[in-house]
Amino acid sequence: MINRSVFRALCLASVLLIGGFGSTLYADEAKSEITLASTTSTQNSGLFDYLLPLFKKQTGVEVHVVAVGTGAALKLARNGDADVLMVHHKTSEEKFVSDGYGVERFDVMYNDFVLVGPDSDPAEVKGTQTIAEALNKIKTKQAIFLSRGDDSGTNKRELELWKASGSNPKSASGDWYRETGSGMGATLNTTVAMQGYTLTDRATWISYKNKQNMEILFEGDKRLFNQYGVIVVNPEKFPHVKIKPAETFVNWIVSSKGQKAIAGYKLSGEQLFIPNAE
Amino acid sequence: MNDLWQAFFKAISLVVTLDDKLLEIVFLSLRLSLSAVGIALFIALPLGAVLALTKFPGRRILVIIINVFMGLPPVVVGLFVYLLLSRSGPFGVFGLLFTPTAMIIAQVILVVPIVTAITRQVLEELHLEYDELLRSLDVPWYRKVTALVWDARFSLTTAALAGFGRAISEVGAVMIVGGNIDHLTRVMTTAIALEARKGDLVMALALGLVLLAVALGINLFAYSITETVKRRHQ
Repeated sequence: MINRSVFRALCLASVLLIGGFGSTLYADEAKSEITLASTTSTQNSGLFDYLLPLFKKQTGVEVHVVAVGTGAALKLARNGDADVLMVHHKTSEEKFVSDGYGVERFDVMYNDFVLVGPDSDPAEVKGTQTIAEALNKIKTKQAIFLSRGDDSGTNKRELELWKASGSNPKSASGDWYRETGSGMGATLNTTVAMQGYTLTDRATWISYKNKQNMEILFEGDKRLFNQYGVIVVNPEKFPHVKIKPAETFVNWIVSSKGQKAIAGYKLSGEQLFIPNAE
Repeated sequence: MNDLWQAFFKAISLVVTLDDKLLEIVFLSLRLSLSAVGIALFIALPLGAVLALTKFPGRRILVIIINVFMGLPPVVVGLFVYLLLSRSGPFGVFGLLFTPTAMIIAQVILVVPIVTAITRQVLEELHLEYDELLRSLDVPWYRKVTALVWDARFSLTTAALAGFGRAISEVGAVMIVGGNIDHLTRVMTTAIALEARKGDLVMALALGLVLLAVALGINLFAYSITETVKRRHQ
């Protein structure tokens, strides 16, 4: 009977599928691999796509990048779900280490934040001298400003900058100050659609492909300096942390080889990150 | 409009050139979703049959709960599975977080309610129709169940396809428990989300079209099998 044989074939197929599923359970041991919790800016800019194959070639270690906001990455690592952390908010990173979750923090590289907006620049931030002045203009004009609102490194910095400029935009949340609760790329997409302003790291901005009429309207204030740090998760806290390959990664990225590789990553002729490990 | 056309041509060129990376994520998407549906069927078919054909206290409440769970937000399932599999969670020792297995677990949780609910509905109606006949034949209960399930097999294929649709199109849960790791846990939907974040809307849409084509292929395959079987049957 044909339907019997079809039924049997389907049974066989499902057994094979589940067999395949089972093999994924056990296949992942042995290989030298680590999980790196990092930020969307390092992933979306393509840095890791460039860096990690080089690293693997030189050391044999495979790095699995989980790219989330800095806040979420810190939380992942605090749960023991990563071996290495590479994010950009120094005070949170230092707290992570002093709370005993990390071994030691190292500077890796930096770039800077920039304020982007429509080329028509309705709040006239172009030509302002400081980021505080620029933000105040946006506030006075009640021009649309998109905030990440997701506890990421960029979001933390943005809030610090508003605070330093002497205002609390959260009172206008939902009005001209709009929190997307999303990653940098998604927030840039929203910014383009609303023709508003937003703060972004330069690497994400350069690699972002949907700029339309948006451009950098303010840059260069030293308050916009954006430092990235790297930390091995403390194996005393989480014994499963793959300490050896994790240290291999950290040692490599702060070594002259790793630093040279970071400096060598360019997009449309621009260097995205400047290495500054000591 | 221009972007839409560009996406369409990009999708075609991706498929025609058999882009290696594309094949990898398509294959992983299929493997995960088919595994999840296969496992879900083993849970949902018996569960649906029990709910349809037996009476026990609390049955109605269970039926309602399962119907409600059809609307489970994937992100919630993702967080739930994350907390279970996290190193700080109850199953952390297995180190399953950020693996394909974790993604299958999340998808099974999403698929089971749908397949169970449809199975229950189909078998219940069929049971009403055949109840007298089956009773007059005085067959043992397990013969009754197999006869009903066999008779409903085409409708149950639809249930499986609905489950497959939920699994392969899902992004929130697999993003959280899989981590969208390149070459390991990146599937079609998380790749689409990533391209959209990079602002490469054309690429994101092109991948979406490829996903649609893959789903179409699976559905055509299932349709042709059931049609063939039906024809032989007549």
